[in-house]
Amino acid sequence: MSDKKSTNEEAWRAIEDRPEFRELLAAKRRFILPMCLFFLAYYFALPLLVGLAPDLMGKKVRGPVNVAYLFALSQFFMTWIVAIVYSRAAAKFDRRAHEIVHDLES
Amino acid sequence: MNSFSLSPFLAQAAPAADAAPTVSGVAVFMFAAFVAMTLAITWWAARKSSGAGAFFAAGRRITGWQNGLAVAGDYMSAASFLGIAGMIAFFGFDGFLYSVGFLVAYLTVLLIVAEPLRNLGKYTMADVLAFRNREVPVRALASLSTLCVTIFYMIAQMVGAGLLVNALIPGDHYNAAVTVVGLLMIVYVVFGGMLATTWVQIVKAVLLMLGSFALSLMVMNHFGFSIGNFFDAVGAVSQGGETRDFMTPGFKFKGTLDLVSLCLALVMGTAGLPHILIRFYTVPDAKTARSSVIWATIVIGLFYLMTTFFGFGAATIIGPDNIANSNLSAPLLAQKLGGEIFFAFICAVAFATILAVVAGLTISASTSFAHDIFVNVIHHGREHNPGEEIRVARVTAFAVGIVSILLAIVLRKANVAFLVGLAFAVAASANLPAILLTLFWKRFNTNGAVWALAVGLVSSIVLIVLGPSVMKENPVFPLGNPALVSIPLGLVAAVIGTLLKPEPSSEAKYAEMHVRAHTGLGAEQAEPH
Repeated sequence: MSDKKSTNEEAWRAIEDRPEFRELLAAKRRFILPMCLFFLAYYFALPLLVGLAPDLMGKKVRGPVNVAYLFALSQFFMTWIVAIVYSRAAAKFDRRAHEIVHDLES
Repeated sequence: MNSFSLSPFLAQAAPAADAAPTVSGVAVFMFAAFVAMTLAITWWAARKSSGAGAFFAAGRRITGWQNGLAVAGDYMSAASFLGIAGMIAFFGFDGFLYSVGFLVAYLTVLLIVAEPLRNLGKYTMADVLAFRNREVPVRALASLSTLCVTIFYMIAQMVGAGLLVNALIPGDHYNAAVTVVGLLMIVYVVFGGMLATTWVQIVKAVLLMLGSFALSLMVMNHFGFSIGNFFDAVGAVSQGGETRDFMTPGFKFKGTLDLVSLCLALVMGTAGLPHILIRFYTVPDAKTARSSVIWATIVIGLFYLMTTFFGFGAATIIGPDNIANSNLSAPLLAQKLGGEIFFAFICAVAFATILAVVAGLTISASTSFAHDIFVNVIHHGREHNPGEEIRVARVTAFAVGIVSILLAIVLRKANVAFLVGLAFAVAASANLPAILLTLFWKRFNTNGAVWALAVGLVSSIVLIVLGPSVMKENPVFPLGNPALVSIPLGLVAAVIGTLLKPEPSSEAKYAEMHVRAHTGLGAEQAEPH
C-alpha cells in the first residue's frame, strides 16, 4: 500500500518536473501575479486616497462630478478589462495544459 | 450612524408602518407568481435529478452563462438591492463604495480561486483544504467555519425579509414572513437540490436586473435623459435642512483605516464565501468555471453600476428626509416613478432576491454537513448505505431551515449589519488564507490549516464583538470591520502552526495537487445525460 502510494507520488512529481509544466506555471505566474498586484493597488488606492487626500478626491471635474466618483466608476471598467484580458490569456494557458495532458495520455 | 459595518442592510430597523407605503394585492399576486414558478422549477428538478452529483452539483452540467447568472443571483442579496440603494440615498458617495467593493472582489475569485477549486474539489470548500492534509481535523473546522458564515448570513437575510414585510404591510407579520421564507428554502433544497437552487437563482438574477434597469430608466426619464441634469441634482441634495453635494466622500466613513479594513473584507471575503465557491462545482470544467465568473462579473457589474441611478435617484427625487427607513429607498422610488404596479413588482423582486440567496445558503450548509462532517469525518470517507449522503443533506437542509426560522424570530432585534459583517470577516480571515496557503505554499499542512481556520474564525468574531457594531460607544477595538487585523492574524497563525508541526505527507502530495490544479487531470467530470 505504502509502496503504491509513493510510486503514485513519484508519478505526479515526474509530471510536475516536466519542462512543459514548469513553463506553463511560469507563464501563469508571470501573468497572474502582476495582474493581482495591479488590481489590488488600483482598488486600494480608492479608500486610501479618499481617506488621505480628500482635497484631490473632492476636486470637481465637470459640474458636481468629482475625482472620487470618477475614480470609483473607473473601478468597474478596470474590473471588466482585467477579467477580459485574463480570459484571453487563460485560453492560451488552456491550450498548453491540454497539450501536457495529451502528451501524457499518448 | 458611525458603525462601519459591512452591510448597511436594515441597520436601522424602521418602526413599522410610519408613513410606509402599503402593499397592494398586486404585489402579493406577483410574489405568488414568483413562488409558483420556483415551485415548478423545483418539481422539474426533482424529477430530473438523481444521485449525489445531481443533488450537490447539479450534475456539473450548468453552462457558463447559466452559472454566471446563478452566481449573480446567489450573491446579490437584499443588502445589495435594498441596503446599498438606501446607503447611497442617505450617504451619497460613501454608499457607492460598497458597490465598487462587491464587484472588484470577483477578480480575486477569477484570478486565484475559481479554477483550482473546480479542478481539485468535489462538493465543498473543505475538499480543497483537505486535499493534501489529514481529513478529519481540517474538514471538521472548515465545515464549522462554513456553517458559521452561512448561519450569520442567513439570519441577516431572514431578519431582513421579516422587517421588509413589516415595513410594507400594516400590522405585525414578521413571524409569518420569516416562516414562509424558511419553508420555501427548505422545499427548494430538499426536493430540488442544487439544480432547483441554481434555476431559482437564475430567475431571480434576471428579475433583479430587469427591475433595476427599469428603475434606472425611469430615473433618467425623470431628468429628461440628461446625465448633466441628473448629476446637477446629485450635487444639491437637501438633507437635514442643508444642501449637500452627494458626490463628496465622507458622509459615512470618517477614518482611513476603517475604510481600508472594510475594503479588505469585501475584496477578500467574497472568495471565501462557501455558498459562492460551491457554485463552481456545478459546471463541467475549470474553463467553464472561469467563463462563469466572467459572466457573473458582467452581470454583477452592471447591477452595481445601476445603483448609481436608483441610489442617487432616491436621494434626489424623493430626498433622504422623506424616507423613513433607508432600506425602502428603492421601493419608494419605484412607487413615485412607476406607480403602484411597478412598486409591487419591485417589492416582489426584493423578496425573490432574499429567497434565492437563502436557498444558496441552505444548500451550502447542508452539503458541507453531509459531505464533510457526516461522510468524511464520522464515516471516514465512505457511505455506509448508498444514498446516505443525500439523505443526510436533506435532513440537514430541513434542520437548517427550522433553526434559521427560530433564530430569526428570536434575533428579531439583532443588528443585521453586524451579522453580515461577521460573515464576510470570517470568510476573509479564516477561509481565504487557508485556501491560498493550501494552493501556493508547499509546506502548508494540517496543523497550519487548523490554526488558520481557528484563529481566523475566533479573531474575527471576538474583534467584531469588541468593536463599534456591538459595543457602540467606546469600543475596545476601534474598527467596525476586523479584516485589517484578523486576516494578518489568521495568516501568521497559519505560518506558525505549519512550522511547529512539519508534515512530510502533506508536502509529498503537493506535486499531485499542483499538477491537478493547473491541468485539470483527474477533476470531477460532468455527468452524462
